[in-house]
Amino acid sequence: MSASRLRASSFAPLLWVGPAMALIALVVLWPVVIMIRTAFQHISPDGFILGWAGWRNFRYLFEEPDLYGILIRTVIWVIVVVAATMLISLAMAQLFNQNFPGRRVARWALIAPWAASVMMTSIVFRWALDPNNGVINVFLHDIGWLARFNTDASDWLGSPGTAFAWMMVVAVFVSIPFATYALLAGLQSIPTDIYEAAKVDGAGAWRTYRTITLPLLRPAFVVALLINVINVFNSFPIIWEMTRGGPGHQTSTTTTFMYQLKQSYIGESAAMSVLNFALVMIVVMLYLRATAKRREDI
Amino acid sequence: MTATRSALGRFPARTLIFMGLAYLAAIIFLLPYLEMIIAALRPSNQLLDRDYLPTQFNWHSFIDIWGTGFGHNLRVSLEVAGGATILVLLVAIPAAYYTARHRFRGRNAFMLLVLITQMFQPTAMLVGLYREFLDLQMLDSIYALILVNAGFNMAFAVWILNAYVTGIPAELEEAAFIDGSTRIGVLFRITLPLALPGIVTALIFTFISAWNEFIVALTLTTSQAAQPLTVALNNYIGQYQVDWSHLFAGSVIATIPVIILFALIEGKVVGGLTAGSIK
Repeated sequence: MSASRLRASSFAPLLWVGPAMALIALVVLWPVVIMIRTAFQHISPDGFILGWAGWRNFRYLFEEPDLYGILIRTVIWVIVVVAATMLISLAMAQLFNQNFPGRRVARWALIAPWAASVMMTSIVFRWALDPNNGVINVFLHDIGWLARFNTDASDWLGSPGTAFAWMMVVAVFVSIPFATYALLAGLQSIPTDIYEAAKVDGAGAWRTYRTITLPLLRPAFVVALLINVINVFNSFPIIWEMTRGGPGHQTSTTTTFMYQLKQSYIGESAAMSVLNFALVMIVVMLYLRATAKRREDI
Repeated sequence: MTATRSALGRFPARTLIFMGLAYLAAIIFLLPYLEMIIAALRPSNQLLDRDYLPTQFNWHSFIDIWGTGFGHNLRVSLEVAGGATILVLLVAIPAAYYTARHRFRGRNAFMLLVLITQMFQPTAMLVGLYREFLDLQMLDSIYALILVNAGFNMAFAVWILNAYVTGIPAELEEAAFIDGSTRIGVLFRITLPLALPGIVTALIFTFISAWNEFIVALTLTTSQAAQPLTVALNNYIGQYQVDWSHLFAGSVIATIPVIILFALIEGKVVGGLTAGSIK
């Protein structure tokens, strides 16, 4: 009897947890295996596997003349977008943590870019930046910052520098809601009596923020930051919809470059993916380390 | 002016400043979606005017968009998002329930795997997904999109349901066991109804994520008939001309409902996305 109970109890978890594991294996783990294998295969542009390629795909990738610029741009993209997002979100969270009438409605407005498809948000920005009649240009014209329509100055997406800057604006715009909400949750978990004690001690607003709020907000901040790094690094629709990474590859990041390589050089694209994936893994490891203590009790 | 001042005079200046700043931020975050609606409602002869608002609004693009095949792609989106949501609930509910109620060997490894998959995004492994579904002859199939969307959104559902079940006292279930109910009976009659807010949150979140998903659908579909809206709307963008009216009418139809749905679960989403880290 005890033997059959033991067997039942060792199979039972599989019955309940097995379907979830099967799904993860099918669409998360197995694709990683195939992706790594593809990086070492020689595959023709029309999809025939011609044999093993050794490290050739990686060599071709590193010989791409555009790769160097793409790597630098990816670093700039992640650092600038994440830094701007976190700084603005710190202020936004502080603001939306105050008591004022209509706070709930204002918070609802904030989620729009989070709930909407990033692809569609990017298209609106592309439309609003139209050199002929984009509403952003209309506004800049009205306040006197733009002299003429249909010029290089109004064609923001036409030159790589201004295009990349505007796409970073869009990336910050769609990243702020989650970061703000995550920091708000962190702020609300700080016990109020600490603040009362600080008030009794006569600490000013800025000192209280620096010595109490910021240190206690650190865990929420780190989690929001790392999740943001992964999201921003993997961000595809913004660049795809606004410039397709062009002109040339001058506004590409490693993510959009990987996608463009996939159209004709799938082996090389897989090599790029393996590098991207390795970077994501490093951030995931940092995340696991940063959150390990908090996870012990689940 | 004096009327405004007396109405607002009840609040200290500090509150008024916060209020003004917060409302300003709220409006800024809504602007792109207002512009989306305005562009969709512009009469065709005012589409390219250099102004903020047209002199009149016109619903024509919302009516004749249904003649462009939009309805078909809307259905694909509904099927993909609906299918992914059902699949997520089917696999996440048992996993979340069991991990909340039992300690077993491999439990921690499973939870860690779920946490890691939550951090992954399909973008980084796109080539692998493409070749896998090519081998399975499932390109242009809504089942491929359902599977991928379900797989990458399951973690959220597992976390949030696990938290809800953990919060339901096990004594409630034990009492029903004594009354002769089976485990499945208890799950359906006691536990799930109590975890309903968590289920609704997981349901809406999965639906919206799958509804908005872009890069996997772009990669795994080639024919227009198989494309969900996020990809299909790009067909209004030609090489030389963009059909802005239909593009934005379609975007409005695809966006406004999910913003409203998201507002319903707004307070609970962060908990699910950062579970396993913030307790």
